[in-house]
Amino acid sequence: MKLKLLYFARLKDAFGRDHETLESDAASVGALLAELRARGGAWADELAEGRVFRVALNQELATADAGLATGDEVAIFPPVTGG
Amino acid sequence: MDAFTIRVDAAAFDAGQEIARLSADPGVGAVVSFVGVVRRHGDGDNVAALELEHYPGMTEKSLAAIVAEARARWPLSAALIHHRVGRLALGEPIVLVVTASAHRAAAFAACEFLMDFLKTQAPFWKKEIDADGHSRWVEAKSSDEGAAGRWQ
Repeated sequence: MKLKLLYFARLKDAFGRDHETLESDAASVGALLAELRARGGAWADELAEGRVFRVALNQELATADAGLATGDEVAIFPPVTGG
Repeated sequence: MDAFTIRVDAAAFDAGQEIARLSADPGVGAVVSFVGVVRRHGDGDNVAALELEHYPGMTEKSLAAIVAEARARWPLSAALIHHRVGRLALGEPIVLVVTASAHRAAAFAACEFLMDFLKTQAPFWKKEIDADGHSRWVEAKSSDEGAAGRWQ
């Protein structure tokens, strides 16, 4: 299935991109994160267990057990710092 | 214009004009405003500007949800959140929150609540740019989580 991935702030810089379209079989947010970590380098470092980041699924904050469907928009970003 | 307004915009705001607009309802007896400003001492000690990034779409949804939560808790007549994005120089305003109610207690509490939740929920990120051109992403503060947590 096709997923639209978005990256913001420090993670955008670390990954060298602000978006990508990914063909993936990941059934959940957690499985998708594992797939991205397997790329190694900054992906493995920034998304390691214990690192603090947030995931939004279709613009709502989501947890690792959230299920994925084709066409979903998944954003990964650091804790927010507005205001 | 709707009594409850959310704006995410590179443009500046006129706080006086917005306060006047939210005061126009004859039921309003109290208007509280907050302005956040770019300061020199942040994570770095010589900040010359901020670059404000956000997640278009989610930002507006998130702010609308925070306003809806405030309306569920206090009898508000009107509210405004105007958050700027893009590059903002030292001393420039970043965010304006205005709340209006019949009485001051609700307006004060709701204004603080909106800011506390905006800072921990809305997808904005600040990058500090120093006078010498060096830059760094601002780290989230546990004190902000604590401020939002006290409303639960």
